[in-house]
Amino acid sequence: MIRYILRRLAWALPTMLIVTFLVYVALRIGTNPVESYKRSNPRVTPEKIQQYIDINGLNPNYVLGYFRWLNNFLTGNWPRSIKGSREVWPALKDAMANTLRLGIAATVVGVFFGLIFGLLASLRPGGRRDIAINTGAFVGISIPPYISAILLQLLFAVYWQRWFGSSLFPTSGVYPAGHTGFDLFLMLKFMALPTIVVAIQIIATYSRYLRASLLDVLNSDYMRTARSKGISERRVLIHHGMRNALIPIVTVAAIDFGSIVGGLIISENIFSYPGMGLYFLKSFGDGDFPLLMPWMVIIVASILIFNLVADLSYAWLDPRIRRE
Amino acid sequence: MAEKILQIRNLRVTFDTPFGQVFAVRGVDLDVEESELLGVVGESGSGKSVTFLAAIGLLSSRARVTGSVVLQGEELIGKSPQQMRSVRGRLMSMIFQDPLSALNPVHRVGKQIVEMLQSHQNLTSKQAATRAVELLDLVGIPQPEQRSSQYPHEFSGGMRQRVVIAIAIANNPKLLIADEPTTALDVTVQAQILEVIKRVQQQIGTAVVLITHDLGVIARVADRVDVMYAGRNIEQGSIESLYDHPSHPYTRGLLASIPQPGKDRLTPIRGFPPNMMAPPSGCAFRTRCEFAEPTCEVDIPELRIFNDLQTACLRAQELPNFRVRQ
Repeated sequence: MIRYILRRLAWALPTMLIVTFLVYVALRIGTNPVESYKRSNPRVTPEKIQQYIDINGLNPNYVLGYFRWLNNFLTGNWPRSIKGSREVWPALKDAMANTLRLGIAATVVGVFFGLIFGLLASLRPGGRRDIAINTGAFVGISIPPYISAILLQLLFAVYWQRWFGSSLFPTSGVYPAGHTGFDLFLMLKFMALPTIVVAIQIIATYSRYLRASLLDVLNSDYMRTARSKGISERRVLIHHGMRNALIPIVTVAAIDFGSIVGGLIISENIFSYPGMGLYFLKSFGDGDFPLLMPWMVIIVASILIFNLVADLSYAWLDPRIRRE
Repeated sequence: MAEKILQIRNLRVTFDTPFGQVFAVRGVDLDVEESELLGVVGESGSGKSVTFLAAIGLLSSRARVTGSVVLQGEELIGKSPQQMRSVRGRLMSMIFQDPLSALNPVHRVGKQIVEMLQSHQNLTSKQAATRAVELLDLVGIPQPEQRSSQYPHEFSGGMRQRVVIAIAIANNPKLLIADEPTTALDVTVQAQILEVIKRVQQQIGTAVVLITHDLGVIARVADRVDVMYAGRNIEQGSIESLYDHPSHPYTRGLLASIPQPGKDRLTPIRGFPPNMMAPPSGCAFRTRCEFAEPTCEVDIPELRIFNDLQTACLRAQELPNFRVRQ
């Protein structure tokens, strides 16, 4: 098992190199900071331009430029951002913390309610409750987050203020302007709307996953064996039904969470929530590869890691595919 | 006469489906005596499985069950699901057809037996685990200690069926229902499983109902036979009498259809089983019966004693003697 994990991690390295190289080249082709530098400083001397190129590592040879960047990245000597010459790590760290907070909250809420609805729907397939939950899930999946986000902002901020004098939840940011320090209550208030928007999608998806998976399991012979033992229906459902139905769902959840770390681009943008998604939009718009490359590394790493987690959890949950 | 463990009287099971009602069981009368092995034969759709699924309370809520099922003097029809739970697995348990899917793939074999034990007896985990190993040994699984901590996929089909049997007999039930326990297994393994069932029946003194469509299986192990057709039982009796001089034309047809060595052609029963959404009036077999006459369309024949068999045929006494055509 340890050897398997090591082998998987070893494979992650070339993947990482290839992906970062491709992204580097794409960014360099797509944007030209030297041009915009020249445009904003029309009377700049060639020496100054060369200096600008050297400082920012804008080597015209992409391969050399990539390995220069890689060397700096690995030795911890990260280049500063092109725009504003800021340090990268503090910004990236904050963005990651914000996204993880939002991602974990939305995943916990979403998977929890998704599983409850999925369970309720599958108990009597075709019944009124099943139809209601299915319809709800269908609506939830069909409404894109930018619509549900705006509707929620209207309801809880704009109309709430009109009706009750003050808004219930703020519509953007993580803290009010000028706030410093940590305040859990305030933080949760600011997180509420983005969490709901993301959670709606997760609830809708997972209720359908679980319903499908559980219906499969409920019709299997071992459920009848379990019932023939005369154990309680609750035990039959949880111990035999859910235990089997959750195996594929845990796997999907791990993979899904891996991609959430990359940021919830649409939701974060609408709520001006300074997470990985917003970080990406800003640095991508500026063609700022010193900012963008470490972001990319984190995304790729998290996807690779959570895929490994998914495979390991599958083996852990299902004895049939366990191996040495 | 031995004491009756199970008495089924006028049992009827109807399923409501989107296409109409299916009359799966239409008045079954049946007794199971203490520690006997009763074979129940019939073709697919004859209601043999449904009869006993109804008795043990494992039919879906879409089934409507009427009549009477008395287990050791206790009426089961009309019991609440909770009350049925305490009967199931303790007084009466069941083995199913496909051992490959009958065990939960994610739990260890020993644990699945322990679950059965602990749901009806006050045993500590250790006692239950020890008992589980004993049970595996009883059903003929070698190295039962090691095997009990393995998962179902590490067992062959025949071994899994033994595990299923071990689960079913864990609480020394009075009645064991085996629903086509050998159908999914290959022939050599079939014989072993039948042996295990026979041995278990003798060792723990449980009565066994063996549901099958395989007359060879019945002949090998059963004490008595009950033949079902179109949701009713049409002939009952000891294995010797029934195989020697069957009265009912359907039973005769079944026996005649067994392939004979040296005979080129099979002798099938002509026609098809009736559609159970609209079973024929009177005797359900009359549409395929060479002895049918107009009265067969009117009266549903009841089981009557004739020639030390119970036969549900109006013309049983008039029929010529049975002889398997060679």
